[in-house]
Amino acid sequence: MADIKDLETYFNEVYGPVADWMTDFDHANPAYNENAHALWDEMRDKCPVAHTTRYGGTWLPVTHEYVSEIAYDTDRFTSRSVVVSRMKPSLAPDMPPAPIGTAPPISSDPPFHHDARRVMLPAFAPKKIAAWEADVRALCNELLDSVAGQEVIDAAVDYAQHIPVNVIARMLGFPLEDSDLFRKFVHDVLEGVDEPVHVRQPKFDRLFDYISVQIEEHQANPREDLTSFLLNATIYDQPLSMRHVAGSIVLLLLAGIDTTWSAIGSSIWHLATTPADRERLVREPELMPTAIEEFLRAYAPVTMARLVKEDIDFHGCPMKAEDWVLLPFPAANRDPKEFADADKVIIDREENRHSAFGLGIHRCMGSNLARLELTIAVEEFLKRYPNFELSDTAGVKWSNGQIRGPRKLPVRILPNK
Amino acid sequence: MRVRVDTSKCQGHNRCYALAPELFDVDDLGTAFVLNDGVVPDGLEAKARLAEKNCPEYAIVIED
Repeated sequence: MADIKDLETYFNEVYGPVADWMTDFDHANPAYNENAHALWDEMRDKCPVAHTTRYGGTWLPVTHEYVSEIAYDTDRFTSRSVVVSRMKPSLAPDMPPAPIGTAPPISSDPPFHHDARRVMLPAFAPKKIAAWEADVRALCNELLDSVAGQEVIDAAVDYAQHIPVNVIARMLGFPLEDSDLFRKFVHDVLEGVDEPVHVRQPKFDRLFDYISVQIEEHQANPREDLTSFLLNATIYDQPLSMRHVAGSIVLLLLAGIDTTWSAIGSSIWHLATTPADRERLVREPELMPTAIEEFLRAYAPVTMARLVKEDIDFHGCPMKAEDWVLLPFPAANRDPKEFADADKVIIDREENRHSAFGLGIHRCMGSNLARLELTIAVEEFLKRYPNFELSDTAGVKWSNGQIRGPRKLPVRILPNK
Repeated sequence: MRVRVDTSKCQGHNRCYALAPELFDVDDLGTAFVLNDGVVPDGLEAKARLAEKNCPEYAIVIED
């Protein structure tokens, strides 16, 4: 397996095309994300825990009840490997030992999880995050200024993708003039989840090298930012190790960037394709908070993964130790047993217990930041462009894999009505 | 009406504080707690119910 092309061939030869999505789904196939909502609806009726033998055995529960049950059950399902890819992780000895994992606390199980998470939670508490509103708004407007006057803009490439990476770079106190370089490092890693280790590792190394330089610079010149916060933080009365600090920064990048980018893009996609909702939001901007929650419910970007710890029977499914279990929170969000009119986007939905940010102890630590960025990104886009449509339906490209959202989103700016 | 946060369930989604800051606040870790001992002032019953209906962890409990 010299490179990713060979790997593609390898998987195609081993597994072949998907014959039946209900019994042989393939979460790495581009058709999965493109048709995700219809697939999950069908699985909910027919399965509702789908199974495939691909990638060494993978389960996919699609009801809110089962997704939440697994999210809460940290005894039988471990978070040691949460990345959804084609490279199935294992509990083999080369994996960092439980309960810590590679990127604490997302990869950690109790009881260590609790202590590692406590270290970072204060930096992402609601009141801390609210202070970033003006900066985020200014950034969104700078991005809109940079494409002003264009008839067609790519709302994913020109706008959404820049917002979270720039915000996190500012929070970490990294040089703003590095933002293009930094974004490239991050995207190389994000796009590399399906690559063999020898291809992916140099990309990780470049990102880690960059982060190490920034950490050293902060050690020499401490200041009020997230990097200095981590350098000052303690766990069990000891400063965090450099490995822990660098790992935490990588986690913030991996977990915070294409997730938020996807949520912003999906929301703009909805507004481009649903003129009635767009016009209503322009007319009634006070609906923005419920609209944002509804976009999060209906277009939740993130599926997580767990590994089965020991052989179990899960509602009749014979799950084996080290089987992969995907946790599609976006499918739970469309379960008609949990949500009235689950398949409809209702921007003034009053009751909305969506789980876009997960459920249980691993609730997305950056949820307050993600909400702030998503809300302001949509508000500022609509203020600038109250009227727009997809310029080329076929030009919309959805992501592959764990994080679902538009990666190309060409919209035509129309005259204000 | 009284309202209560089940702290064994709260995971810091921050929906209650966002929707009803008159009734809830959050601590430095983002965990919610009730204001005014959980007594819901007259006229804020709808806000209490809204918070309850938007908690993904079902951590808000209303006691009439």
